[in-house]
Amino acid sequence: MNLYEYMGKDIFRKNGLPVPEGYVVEKQSDLKEYRKPVVVKSQILLGGRGKSGGIKFAKSGEELKSAVNELIGSKVRGLAVTKVLVEEMLNIQHEYYVSITLSREHRAPILIASSSGGVEIESVPQKEIFTRVIDPLIGYSDYIGREASKFMNLKPEIASQFRSILRSLYKTFTEEDCELVEINPLVETKEGKLIAADAKVIIDNDALYRHKEFSITDPEKTPLELEAQAKGYSFIELDGKIGVIANGAGLTMATLDALTLHNGKPRNFLDLGGTDNVEIVANAFDLVLKADPKAILINIFGGVTKADTVAKGIVEAKKRFNISKPIVVRLSGFNEDEGRKILSENKIETYPTMMEAVERVVKVAGGA
Amino acid sequence: MGVLVDRNTRVIVQGITGHQGSFHAGQMMKFGTKVVAGISPGKSGTKFQDTVPIVDSVADAMSFSPDATMISVPAPFVKDAAFEAIDQRIKLIYILTEHVPFHDSMDLISEARNRGLTVIGPNGPGITVPFECKIGIMPNQIFKEGDVAVASRSGTLTYEIVESLTRSGMGQSAVIGLGGDPVVGMNYIDVLKLFEADPKTKKIVLVGEIGGNNEELAARYIKEHIKKKVVAYITGRSAPPGKRMGHAGAIIEKGVGTAESKIKAFNEAGVKVADYPTDVPGLLK
Repeated sequence: MNLYEYMGKDIFRKNGLPVPEGYVVEKQSDLKEYRKPVVVKSQILLGGRGKSGGIKFAKSGEELKSAVNELIGSKVRGLAVTKVLVEEMLNIQHEYYVSITLSREHRAPILIASSSGGVEIESVPQKEIFTRVIDPLIGYSDYIGREASKFMNLKPEIASQFRSILRSLYKTFTEEDCELVEINPLVETKEGKLIAADAKVIIDNDALYRHKEFSITDPEKTPLELEAQAKGYSFIELDGKIGVIANGAGLTMATLDALTLHNGKPRNFLDLGGTDNVEIVANAFDLVLKADPKAILINIFGGVTKADTVAKGIVEAKKRFNISKPIVVRLSGFNEDEGRKILSENKIETYPTMMEAVERVVKVAGGA
Repeated sequence: MGVLVDRNTRVIVQGITGHQGSFHAGQMMKFGTKVVAGISPGKSGTKFQDTVPIVDSVADAMSFSPDATMISVPAPFVKDAAFEAIDQRIKLIYILTEHVPFHDSMDLISEARNRGLTVIGPNGPGITVPFECKIGIMPNQIFKEGDVAVASRSGTLTYEIVESLTRSGMGQSAVIGLGGDPVVGMNYIDVLKLFEADPKTKKIVLVGEIGGNNEELAARYIKEHIKKKVVAYITGRSAPPGKRMGHAGAIIEKGVGTAESKIKAFNEAGVKVADYPTDVPGLLK
């Protein structure tokens, strides 16, 4: 789960990281008295806010009011702004980059830091980027900070602040179950202080049960995807016209790939998981039908999932939702003969292999 | 010795009284696996299917001399269950559970490796050496004994490929599900080493998917170190970037982890890549 900047900064503050003084504003009446120059930042879950007009500067009370007025209710990069973060303006001397994320290859956290901050890290030359895998059993220790400071050529007074930031950042990464903690830019002020001017924090979805304080509706999910999520289905909308229900993430992906290679375009990804429940099968149809496909392909390899249960679910769904669209089923595995018998008794087309079913559904859906 | 397990492997099941745990422990026993004890805190003194003793802890199960454990407990309890097994130095730890926080996985995998123990998973379907030992949830009926070793990041897709091998008369020497999470205990390179060293294995199938760069690393390793024939299948060619395709690990981010990149890496290593799962047996010939 991607957190808003203000939430990330709350977490940073809690873990001892220096962040600018600031507060969240949803409406004009939330504004506090103007005392010094501020930055007004739209709270959206996409980068590039500055370039798209989502960040404004205010050097008077009037300017602050009008900045808030302009941003709240507007759209930045297509996303509605409902909150802004009002923060003290920093006197910037230099901008650094620092993040900790997961290295899958090493099954360990990796520290990434650079003296060239304030721009996308992808655009920084490799030789200016320090990377260091952290042994999870050791965790962060100051020798890692010393290695990084040396690489980045930090002055001693900045290096000591940087080490303490790394320590707190690592603590945040582990204790808050983060996939990513990123500070870009990490600002060195003219007064010689390091401050996290931005905060990008992504929490591992599988660990959300221990972080119930975060609840964000993913703005990139469609209404139907959100409905599916609430019902416990792994479901993604795509832009084709063949509805897909399969079991297992890998087999579902392979089904989409096979359709695509046959010039058929899938309307969705729906992984039924391992189930022996007729209702779960029937409700999956409800979701796919709402996506209004031209035809529906069911691809089930019954290992744990019993083929006859799936067949009963398909028959039940056809009756309940009065489906007239073509349904093509591939059923294989545990109790497959019974499953196929149930389907043919109800005049639903079945094929023993995935390839035959894919070819057939592309044909009945009218090609690509 | 087969790959990691064989007919003598003594297996315990952590979470044997759960819905999943009990069904699959039963299936494992039908397959021929030596299930020597089950763990279910507070249920000691009872027996699973009238034969397998149930005990309260892994420590209590040590009197049955286990070589391997299958962990099938809910995600929030996996780290504790794995630490319990690691503490008792169980050599092979297979974690079936899905949705384990990856920080937990990182910690338990590091602790295990530090002691020279093997973790496979989380979020995998198991390991099978037909018809000597099966740990996990793979369907019993798809296997045939033979010389093809299979390693995969997915479940049902693996069954699909194994079944098509079996239908083509190609039996398997070992089938290992590595798990669909971003952090797993064993990756392709680890199993490639085992497959290369296993006298029974003559050919290797790698089943990959989008996300991460494990397939690319495997391709490079094959080019330099593997003499046996390898065929691959990669799924997720049609997946849009930024969308997790079911598995937590299956996502294309910032262009990393695309199917094209993986297929290219395998081709460069001389590994043929199947277009469809059912094309795998043909490419092995």
